[in-house]
Amino acid sequence: MRQTIIIGSGPAGYTAAIYAARAKLEPLLIASSVEAGGDLMTTTDVENYPGFPEGVMGPDLMAKFQEQAERFGTEVVMDDVTSVDLNGQIKKVTLGNGETHEALSVIFATGSAYRRLGLADEDRLSGHGVSWCATCDGFFFREKIIAVVGGGDSAMEEANFLTKFADKVYLIHRSNALRASKTMLERAQDNPKIEFLLNKTVEHIYGDEMVTGVGLVDTVDGTETTLDLSGVFIAIGADPRTHLIHGQLDVTSHGTIAVDGRSSRTNLPGVFAAGDVIDPSYRQAVTAAASGTVAALDAEHYLNSLPKDLVASAIVDVKPVAVPA
Amino acid sequence: MSNALDVTDATFAAEVLNSDKTILVDFWAAWCGPCRAVGPILDQIGAENADKITIVKLNVDDNPQTAAKYQITSIPMMKVFKGGKVAKSILGAKPKPALESDLAEFLA
Repeated sequence: MRQTIIIGSGPAGYTAAIYAARAKLEPLLIASSVEAGGDLMTTTDVENYPGFPEGVMGPDLMAKFQEQAERFGTEVVMDDVTSVDLNGQIKKVTLGNGETHEALSVIFATGSAYRRLGLADEDRLSGHGVSWCATCDGFFFREKIIAVVGGGDSAMEEANFLTKFADKVYLIHRSNALRASKTMLERAQDNPKIEFLLNKTVEHIYGDEMVTGVGLVDTVDGTETTLDLSGVFIAIGADPRTHLIHGQLDVTSHGTIAVDGRSSRTNLPGVFAAGDVIDPSYRQAVTAAASGTVAALDAEHYLNSLPKDLVASAIVDVKPVAVPA
Repeated sequence: MSNALDVTDATFAAEVLNSDKTILVDFWAAWCGPCRAVGPILDQIGAENADKITIVKLNVDDNPQTAAKYQITSIPMMKVFKGGKVAKSILGAKPKPALESDLAEFLA
């Protein structure tokens, strides 16, 4: 049995692990098999994480997070959680490899999953011109005409990144109010390869084998237009990843895990949540990291309230990973 | 990242199309994070099913002709070849159980 298990390996999960490990909670962190490192793994330049005045590549930043968590004795497992049993004092976490781990506390830092447009042809043409990952797939659209759908920072970043490859990038958004930060928005507006198409929704994605175009509807006057293009990158936000806890933890009207005030405490004792999975508003690497800190401190406080012999039974001998000097 | 055999534009016909084995080609690139994540999982599946499926990888950066021929626009893309034809396409990094289930017909 463990004192604490952390589920998730983005900024919230790893920061919770750094604090928990330094508090000698010997955390086990379940990182995921293919999405370890979280959303920043598919981000290029991170320019707003404090401490990196020159910017830092997303995957490099997450490698540092992991190294820092392991340095203090976090055990990281590259597997997926398939189910959890959170009732009772001893929580159970089952992994894809079939193992079940027990712990006195669990921290959910499962983040969010990319939202889909919800069009029938979106799935069919996924991998044939429809993409959610500009850094993975931009390369295939050299000298092509493509579109990015969305109005936030992610959409602006993807549009700018994609102009390295594409001849033209349409930025399509359903309103004329863009959520993106001023810096990101101005960079996109100043980019001669980007053309903004505002107040437009994507109603169709056309193409038999490969994407050949999209059908747009103007949200103000209802006019329908067709654009010929060969790629559609979807960046319309994300939904909290809560499939593991349905029926066990309370969720909010936003779909995030409900927590008590500014704390990370869920409705069940010993169960905490941090990062994008509790945050419908800010969703930044640095706010997720801060939220992970809160969860680790709340878990430590909770463990201190438990009978000492129970906590003693959860102490394992985890050796810190040696970090090369 | 995968330790699988590298195939190239030059060797694709001999190693994949003309092979009498079932071959999974992992289309990947160094700059693709999900490709790095799925590589070791494919290695495991290959090692555990060596008599049934051979896993090879093709770097799309270095081998644009083959990537273009198979209309690759998203990676990781895994294509299973039997008798020179694509028998199955799997898009995106997935956990091992999900990949095994996608590949069930070839691993049976």
